[in-house]
Amino acid sequence: MGILDDAFLKSLWVFHLATGSCNNCDIEILDCLTPRHDIERFGMLLTGSIKHADVLLVTGAVNRQCIPRIKRLYEQMPQPRLVVAIGECALSRGVFIHSYNCPLPLDHVIPVDVYIPGCPPRPEAIIAGLVKLIDQRKAQTGQAKV
Amino acid sequence: MIYLLYLFIFGFLLTGIIGLFASWIDRKLTARIQYRVGPPLLQPLNDILKLLGKETLIPSGAAQYTFLAAPLIGLVSVMVVSTILWVNNMNPQQTFIGDLIVVVYLLLVPSLSVIIGGFASGNPLASLGASREMKLILSYELPFILAILVPVIHSGLSIRLGDIMATQAQYGIIAFSWSGGLALVIAVLCMQAKLAFVPFDMPEAETEIAHGVLIEYSGTLLAVYRLTKHMLLFALPFFIIMLYLGGIRGNGLHLLYGTLEYVGLVALLSVIRNTNPRLRMDQVVRFFWGPMTILATIAVLLALGSY
Repeated sequence: MGILDDAFLKSLWVFHLATGSCNNCDIEILDCLTPRHDIERFGMLLTGSIKHADVLLVTGAVNRQCIPRIKRLYEQMPQPRLVVAIGECALSRGVFIHSYNCPLPLDHVIPVDVYIPGCPPRPEAIIAGLVKLIDQRKAQTGQAKV
Repeated sequence: MIYLLYLFIFGFLLTGIIGLFASWIDRKLTARIQYRVGPPLLQPLNDILKLLGKETLIPSGAAQYTFLAAPLIGLVSVMVVSTILWVNNMNPQQTFIGDLIVVVYLLLVPSLSVIIGGFASGNPLASLGASREMKLILSYELPFILAILVPVIHSGLSIRLGDIMATQAQYGIIAFSWSGGLALVIAVLCMQAKLAFVPFDMPEAETEIAHGVLIEYSGTLLAVYRLTKHMLLFALPFFIIMLYLGGIRGNGLHLLYGTLEYVGLVALLSVIRNTNPRLRMDQVVRFFWGPMTILATIAVLLALGSY
């Protein structure tokens, strides 16, 4: 656990990717940035470019059109990188589970670090999930849990 | 050897630390204006450290060496310019004739490095951002140089920063004269454009062209760009304080006044940035070449008439 790993966990920049979601999860993600929840307290910022991102937030049932694009975005993220699946659709395809258009859940396409269930999850749940992500990462890199 | 020490300690370390602190003030103030809590004090430092630990990607379509060199050009020029400013501020008699012109040129180089990096990265959005940055430079440079002419005229047509500061130490600060006050307002607005803050953030417009020129930069190179920006956030207000407000003198109450002036200027930049929408390119060019240039010309004429 070096100083760089420590700084990494204190300034996670998130990139928001909607893979055909109904926008409910996206609105809840934006809620995290508003005055009431304000995730900039933890140093998290929403970035517009995947090259600046540390965390990929994925919402929505992963449809056929999106799968190659998700893979490409994941490969474009600089290491170290983390992935968070937000909402029932990204976790298990939700109501689209029998759809011809959604052949795979997200974690069969790219590795996922944290799953945040809910339809949509509340902003508090998203923040709790991100805290779990930080704890998990700390455990992996050999620092005690907070 | 002593100059290298100056370059490292004052030009890099001190400027970097103050710049990081200034960017924290900016972010915290932004958060407070929006009724948020805002980031902790060490947040800008953590961002830089994190970026140093990330992978640096070079796009396959990029001009490799230019892409790698562009951020360093900007960083080195900011280091040199802040060293010149620090030495001037500590010992006004030690510097050379024409350092004002050198400073004005070197303050342009970070913008040029952004343009070079944007075009070298081979991304259409970055090219768009770089071309916007170029137009931005063309629009703000004219009123900026006219505004700088005002202190030059006040100090008897001397192009040494030391002479300008000595004049202010002797006859009172330039900003209290009519021409000086007008020039200060123009210089602050040009500084806003030089830093590419809202309303002049077209080159980086996050919501429109996704960070524009910086879109392909990652890891260490992005850290260098961000550090350059933070250091400019120190160098530019410091330059303006030296030109119009008599510099920061290191004894007792003057140091307090100088610090307050600096923090006030950073806060002013932040407030302007948080209360304005982004302008279009043609509006910016019209703004700077129209009202600003006319006001700057009036300020120069007033200064020539010794008002």
